[in-house]
Amino acid sequence: MFQFCTDPSILPDWQWFACYLTSGTHLAFYRSFLVVILLLIVVAPLALGMGMLGALALRSQFLPVNALGRGYVNLVRGVPDIVFFLFVPIALGQGIEWVLHHINCPDWDQPIRQGNDFIVCREAKVPPVGASAWARNVYAFSMAVVAFALVFGAFVANTLYGAMRAVPQAQVETAEAYGMTQAQAFRRIVLPQMWVFALPGLSNIWQILIKSTPLLFLLGIQDAVYWARELGGAKTSLYTYPHPDWRVWYFLVLLCFYLFLTWGSERGFGWLTLRMTRGQATAEGERLRRRRAAA
Amino acid sequence: MKKLTLTLAALALSASGAAAQDVVRMGTEGAYPPFNFINDQNELEGFEIDLGNEMCERAGLTCEWVINDWDTIIPNLVAGNYDTIIAGMSITEARQEVISFTQNYKEPDPSRYAALIGTDPDVIDSGVIATQSNTVQAGYVAETDADLIEFATPDETIAAVRAGEADAVLADGDFLRPIVEESTDLEFIGEPMHIGGGVGMGLRQTDDELRETFDAVITEMKEDGSLNELLIRWFGEDTPTF
Repeated sequence: MFQFCTDPSILPDWQWFACYLTSGTHLAFYRSFLVVILLLIVVAPLALGMGMLGALALRSQFLPVNALGRGYVNLVRGVPDIVFFLFVPIALGQGIEWVLHHINCPDWDQPIRQGNDFIVCREAKVPPVGASAWARNVYAFSMAVVAFALVFGAFVANTLYGAMRAVPQAQVETAEAYGMTQAQAFRRIVLPQMWVFALPGLSNIWQILIKSTPLLFLLGIQDAVYWARELGGAKTSLYTYPHPDWRVWYFLVLLCFYLFLTWGSERGFGWLTLRMTRGQATAEGERLRRRRAAA
Repeated sequence: MKKLTLTLAALALSASGAAAQDVVRMGTEGAYPPFNFINDQNELEGFEIDLGNEMCERAGLTCEWVINDWDTIIPNLVAGNYDTIIAGMSITEARQEVISFTQNYKEPDPSRYAALIGTDPDVIDSGVIATQSNTVQAGYVAETDADLIEFATPDETIAAVRAGEADAVLADGDFLRPIVEESTDLEFIGEPMHIGGGVGMGLRQTDDELRETFDAVITEMKEDGSLNELLIRWFGEDTPTF
């Protein structure tokens, strides 16, 4: 990075650290924080979408859809997250390859499972044979996104379902008395008002999602935790920057990063709650109204 | 229609042309110096990286490196995420039930115990011994009377000894030697022991062709002395050669 970094072993401390902290591995470490944030940004709307679908399925009067919703929510909530994170990418990856294999190579005569090996034809490989490292990273990241969206979608579904039921029934009945259809009543009455009930639950799930991002490491993505462990470990003189065990400092950086992230989102949710409460027929909404009236 | 057939034929031809020079994906751990590790420039380096690149060049293959955790390195091979494991893996019977190996490219290296200076050698039989999980050393300690404590990465085993969590660490001598020599607080205890066979390259059991290719290259490198050169460059003069 800097001109003077050619032989770090003879440098004074501050220059040594300047070189050390800008080494190739450290730059990758800094980038991994962006990966974590990118994951959060991508997963949040997807999980919310999955959760909405799940909640609607739970509300459905049509039995198969209702059963599907119930099955999804209870299955995912009942199984340890970590099992899902290990299972989804492997099962999904092999599932996609299996389907492609049957589409692309109908005259393949060997079995796909040979002992321990999972063998599909060349055209069915995902990512395709010869894909760039970049494409492979995107693929691995997408798998992680799917796993996260599936798991957190189930929790969101349950929260949203509860929030929908918390909207006073009398309002829905009134809407229907005015001649609105069920769908209209849902769209105009339930949907806009449910968020204030959903927010505490959603903020919980969001915080848990933030804290779950180190699971990325399990999926072979070099996230911030991977790099903290890798960089912090003692290094012999085989490395350009030998140093003793510094993991405690690296983990301290992680600690600050995650605390900052959760603190920031707590404030964000506080602001959102205030916005959503305005004009609501809840105790807090009433309090807000009185305060405004008094002012 | 004719045009379409022609285009398709051309596509098929180019596809088979590409198949002839498929990329061989080489799986490694990247956390086991001097076998394989990620250097400060964020590049893979080490004995096995040099060896792997040389083997691919001699076999005329295009190779690409993939880093994978040690714990899941075999499952990801059989799932087809990469084609070879070249990660300081000892050839053992248990592993041979799941994957196949080339001939060894490194003689069995004695495993050593390392502990804080002044540690009573009796801990080997009665103390707490740290090893990396799923290694031959972990299997060995499990059979002794000592308590076994396993870690996902080799680096953590050393840190455990320094932190007093374990009395000693059992690992490949080649891995421990530079660490013990450069430290002021660690020393070897007990005698070197031979656990497990030599180190070889792991492949899927169905990949006979690729295994034979690499086997032939290893034989060639053993005969012309280039393998010995690599061994001495990375492990020092005392390392067993072919």
